[in-house]
Amino acid sequence: MSQLLVGAYRPGTTFVHRLPTGPKLGLLALFGVATVAIPGLWPALALLAVAVALAAWVRMPLRHTLRALRPLLLVVVVVTAFQVWQQGWPTAIHVVAGLLASFIAALVFTTTTSIDSMLDAITRGLGPFRRIGVNPERFALSFSLVLRAIPGIVEIAQETRSAAKARGLERSPRALLVPMAIRTVAQAYETGAALHARGIGDE
Amino acid sequence: MPPSIRLDEVAVSVSTPSGDLVLLHPTSAQLTEHRIALIGSNGSGKSTFARLLNGLVEPTSGAVTVNGLDTVDDGPAVRRTVGFVFTNPDAQLVMPTCIEDVALSLRRTIKDKKERLRRARSILEGIGLEDKADTTVHALSGGQKQMLALAGVLATEPAILVADEPTTLLDLRNTRAVADRLFALSQQLVLVTHDLELAARCDRALVIDEARVVFDGAPADAIEHYRCVVDA
Repeated sequence: MSQLLVGAYRPGTTFVHRLPTGPKLGLLALFGVATVAIPGLWPALALLAVAVALAAWVRMPLRHTLRALRPLLLVVVVVTAFQVWQQGWPTAIHVVAGLLASFIAALVFTTTTSIDSMLDAITRGLGPFRRIGVNPERFALSFSLVLRAIPGIVEIAQETRSAAKARGLERSPRALLVPMAIRTVAQAYETGAALHARGIGDE
Repeated sequence: MPPSIRLDEVAVSVSTPSGDLVLLHPTSAQLTEHRIALIGSNGSGKSTFARLLNGLVEPTSGAVTVNGLDTVDDGPAVRRTVGFVFTNPDAQLVMPTCIEDVALSLRRTIKDKKERLRRARSILEGIGLEDKADTTVHALSGGQKQMLALAGVLATEPAILVADEPTTLLDLRNTRAVADRLFALSQQLVLVTHDLELAARCDRALVIDEARVVFDGAPADAIEHYRCVVDA
């Protein structure tokens, strides 16, 4: 999980890497819409093939990709079962292929886009909203903090679990949840102090 | 004019359910020396003292001024002047990759992205981490993380650097590397440390005990005083 988010970006020189972030994000959105809007079984499979081809082109490591797809597995199983029951196999395959295609395309996006350029794109995209009191810089920073915080919280959860285990308390929800909540808040507080100290978000 | 930090009858306390807890009794001092050490026991108030200097902690009474700027009224300007290095670099590194973390510090001064990344890369080169530019900060060793955190702070070109136990989590080799970097700086340095060898290399040392400055003078005498406090 932590690797999934933190180690997502892989530098490279392919066309996808060099594509400016704004248009790339736009294309990703279009791609997502296409998987839903274009009816039929074959177009959905074609889009899935395109997504897989893109992933291969930007040299997304196979193992990393499969691991990133793992959390989706449960959703895929439930959705397939539901669609087969309600609409039959062709629709089920359309929906699941579309889902996988969008997910892989999104992974291609995060693999080829550094956080820094994502922040720049967000800042630029929100520029027009400055007039109504939105601070794009601050928004972009919050976005990156969320990305950094998720693996941080996963790490805290793992450490808390080890600590509870070491004291033979792994079955006690209190020994897991209370320290985890407290440490998460403490971490947020420390990060705030660090940002403050670096003068970020001051202006 | 050398940078000047002034504490004017500064006291810090927090209210707790069992009454006010004093973190620092009224203290006045003028810090102008190039390198100043703060030594003292755990929980004595060293960190509170250090955090007052860039406005991370605000005085309950009295005032702290840095080059004439008040840390409460001119907070942002003070923090541009005073860089701060934390004990735990994990708390300080906020971006996913090394180069992005350094680039974050440069955001305010360098608007052009290409130029910013070039500058960040040369800063990484300066600390021997150029091959780690695009790797996650989690993959670095403790010493490398602290060097990176330090580089991130220095990238903003502060006139004064406050370091709160920057070597406490490091082994001997990394302690030396970080200390050598700190002592090579032309900036004024306020160093909170438990490493008495480092304290001895400073120009002045303050001993803090039970929320008071109990000694202020030459490092050798300060260390002697600190030993007496512990033995007493």
